[in-house]
Amino acid sequence: MTGIGFFSQHGGEILQATLEHVWLVGATMLLAIGIGVPLGIVVARRPWLSKPILGAANIAETIPSLALLGFLLPAPWLGDRADRVAITALTLYALLPIIRNTAAGITGVDPAVREAARGMGMTDRQVLFQVELPLSLSTVLAGIRVATVLTIGVATIAAAVGAGGLGEFIFRGLAMVNNQLILAGAIPAAALALLADFCLSVLERRLRPAR
Amino acid sequence: MSDLAAAGPEAIIEFRGAGYRLPGGQVLLHDASFTVWRGETLILLGRSGAGKTTSLKLINRLLEPTDGQVIIEGRSTLDWDPIALRRHIGYVIQDIGLFPHYTVEQNISLVPRLEGWPAERIRVRSQELLALVGLDSAQFLGRYPHELSGGQRQRIGVARALAADPPILLMDEPFGALDPLTRMDLRREFLALQQRLKKTIVIVTHDTSEALLLGTRIGLVEDGAVKGLYSPKEFLQSREPVATAYVEQLHALQEFEGGQ
Repeated sequence: MTGIGFFSQHGGEILQATLEHVWLVGATMLLAIGIGVPLGIVVARRPWLSKPILGAANIAETIPSLALLGFLLPAPWLGDRADRVAITALTLYALLPIIRNTAAGITGVDPAVREAARGMGMTDRQVLFQVELPLSLSTVLAGIRVATVLTIGVATIAAAVGAGGLGEFIFRGLAMVNNQLILAGAIPAAALALLADFCLSVLERRLRPAR
Repeated sequence: MSDLAAAGPEAIIEFRGAGYRLPGGQVLLHDASFTVWRGETLILLGRSGAGKTTSLKLINRLLEPTDGQVIIEGRSTLDWDPIALRRHIGYVIQDIGLFPHYTVEQNISLVPRLEGWPAERIRVRSQELLALVGLDSAQFLGRYPHELSGGQRQRIGVARALAADPPILLMDEPFGALDPLTRMDLRREFLALQQRLKKTIVIVTHDTSEALLLGTRIGLVEDGAVKGLYSPKEFLQSREPVATAYVEQLHALQEFEGGQ
């Protein structure tokens, strides 16, 4: 069977797995941004909390992904559904780049701009939302881009706990020693990663503040 | 009674034994006591690190005194709501600190917007302010800070500080980063502006000629202490060693110019 024939024959299945993959990554990124950006703000604002927060995120990053999925399986509510386990594990991986870039973006804001903002009578909240966050948006987005590309890759392993996605093909292909099956998972995953990288880097450039 | 009060000068800023120490114990300002009268321009003259900027930040409560008190319009800065205090005091810093993501109009209308002025009043005020600092509003309101020259940025910085018409204006090395010719222009414009607006202004500088040109009084700051306040005339005749050092430096410059 030719490669093209294979892809057209399994087109429906591949599309289904791609959609599952997008769902896993999308849900992960929403969670990771929702948790990571506020944590990044805390890291930038409260230096004494930066060690524990960044340390914890670092440790999560070092746990092998298969092992992390395994650890989470017996967890009470999480273990009920495979996609919950997968999304939790993926979120833990995605946090570090987002936290780090958010903190770097905020601490990188020109001190003169911050001082002018405070000196003119902006409250802490106004300084954060009207000055610091808008000015660090492109840096935050760079972190989100790195995390997204990383998550698209790691999400293929979620198939190991039955969460679906493009990893299904890769694991099946490995078991059956079938390269076409492996490629049926790997090529769409790589394409997704490239697409996400491209779209987010365009957005990032548009949001970069002019100097 | 009210006639008497109107006749004498009215204190608007008072340092009463005010000091500021870093948490590590280093003293940046020690036991400063002086009064700034309404409508005057006080210059704080001193070397880098002498405590000038610290004094300025004690006025708008970017720093809180660790000793003594700073009184603004009869109330200690600690009794003011810091946000209300700062919106009551215009602030121009050396690096200007214009918001790079805001247009000129958004920059200068910041405090009015924070104060919730209606849009129409903000628009009128923005045009007024640009005219005040000598810039054409049709041309400049929509620009971003990176599209401006150093002198233009400085004017916008002053316009922004004056936006909500605060009675007090603080300026930290306002003309420091400009080329000498632009600096001279802006000083002249500043003098004209001050004659119209009659604000109470505190300027920090290390430039003696600037101090003599702009100040109604000059406060000499040295090693974290305010050594004394002089009128420009008193300053030129002072026997205080630090003051004479500044004056000699100025004379040396004039002699050099005379010899050319």
